[in-house]
Amino acid sequence: MIRFTHASKRYQNGYDALQDINFYMPAGQMAFLTGHSGAGKSTLLKLIALLERSSRGQVFVNGQNTAKVSRRRIPFFRRDIGIIFQDHQLLFDRTVFDNVALPLIIAGLPHREIGKRVRASLDKVGLLGKEKTYPITLSGGEQQRVGIARAVVNKPPLLLADEPTGNLDPDLSRDIMHIFEDFSKVGVTVLVATHDLALIESLPYRILQLKQGRLNYDSETGDTHG
Amino acid sequence: MAKSRQPRIGIMTQLRVFGLRHLQVFFYSLGKMSRQPFSTLMTAAVIGIALALPSGLHLILKNAEALSGSWDGATQISLFLKRSITEKEAALLQKRIRRLPDVDKVRFISREEALKEFKQLSGFGDALKALKQNPLPSVLLIRPTQNANNPEGAKKLLTRLEYYPEVDVAQLDMQWVKRLYAILETVRRGVLVVAILLSLAVLLVVGNTIKLAIQNRREEIVVMKLIGGTDAFIRRPFLYSGFWYGMFGAFIAYLMVQISMLTISGPIETLTGLYQHNFDLSGLNFSASFLLFFSGIALGLGGSWLAVGRHLREIEPS
Repeated sequence: MIRFTHASKRYQNGYDALQDINFYMPAGQMAFLTGHSGAGKSTLLKLIALLERSSRGQVFVNGQNTAKVSRRRIPFFRRDIGIIFQDHQLLFDRTVFDNVALPLIIAGLPHREIGKRVRASLDKVGLLGKEKTYPITLSGGEQQRVGIARAVVNKPPLLLADEPTGNLDPDLSRDIMHIFEDFSKVGVTVLVATHDLALIESLPYRILQLKQGRLNYDSETGDTHG
Repeated sequence: MAKSRQPRIGIMTQLRVFGLRHLQVFFYSLGKMSRQPFSTLMTAAVIGIALALPSGLHLILKNAEALSGSWDGATQISLFLKRSITEKEAALLQKRIRRLPDVDKVRFISREEALKEFKQLSGFGDALKALKQNPLPSVLLIRPTQNANNPEGAKKLLTRLEYYPEVDVAQLDMQWVKRLYAILETVRRGVLVVAILLSLAVLLVVGNTIKLAIQNRREEIVVMKLIGGTDAFIRRPFLYSGFWYGMFGAFIAYLMVQISMLTISGPIETLTGLYQHNFDLSGLNFSASFLLFFSGIALGLGGSWLAVGRHLREIEPS
């Protein structure tokens, strides 16, 4: 599902955010991406979602070489990826329903189908009944769950989450991780960037650790680099 | 690899959904504008004034043309006959000329009539009494048909009439007509220039308004791009806003012009009445109104297209 081969990212100012990253994530796997802030977690996710392009090496997502995805094709490429942000990125002038429905509207689904899918998605994150409320009236954890519902409503094969539990207390964080586990169980590939080590060490999933832009540790291979 | 999770959607359903989405965005953008009625009205009013000016000038021009055209006898040829020609001979000539194809009417003014008219109009009546004999020639006044009622046609007729041996001097009274036509042509060009300049202004006003709207909704655009919104999808509401601005602007311009016309139609009627002239001031007819709305909408769309093309690309999620 995701393959990095010697991928590097150097920003225009000369800063090397990622250097020579190599790893493979098969479809349906769930993994955590850890490391200190500035280690390159966000940059790695950005390379996957084509928010940035690698300066060297290759990144394959969903069987596609991201370097070959033209600017025009990027929207369609992103529709196969559900992205969850630390700051939720919700639209506050729209209801929960409209926020979650947005990917379906963009994809051009018929009205009835949208209603069904949005409710199913909200049900999965435990927010059924909040469709008509506005995100501003929800708690941080609930807002994050709206973000997750929006990311999965289109049933993408790949979920990316960037510090999804960054602002949440441990109990809520655990709830959010359980939601991800549920998706993983039905075949969705899930990659979660987090620095919440206590939480991920209690879970039996692959851990990729970044250190100063390099892959420092991969629990699957047991390799410790650098 | 999990692929093609979308259920199959028929082409008709897709088309229907597409049309429905357009309709929704169409009214969504209207709703968005109605939530800021004051600023929307301000923008539309600026566009309206910019559109009303050329429309109003166009109407003034059209009415001036109608007015000058309705002054019958705009062109008239005067044939001053030789003094040796008797009234009888003149009457024969009048008949011959009347048969010419380009001639509509011929009026004969005898030397006595000419003198009487001159006395009345010039105020030199007493001075003329001192003259022993009538110094004025008899005159045939010729009015060309509608076909020849233009500078070239009248000129042709003039050269033909000059050849009659009875004619002393033939004169075409159309200098003022030429001048009027020249003035109208100048004004028409002026209106065109004003229209082009103001169209440019409308384009910029709409462009700037849409640019601000894009900046205000920066976050929304970022989110749309993150979850796979195509440029076309993100562009759509802004283009429709441009459409609405243009349409409202045209509507305001329409109202302004029609109200102005109503306001001045009373005095104009009185004025033309004083010249013993019946003249109906015409407002914007169907085709002119259509053109006004069409250009308003086109300029609105064009302006927003420019803004969207320039500024939407700059906003990228990071």
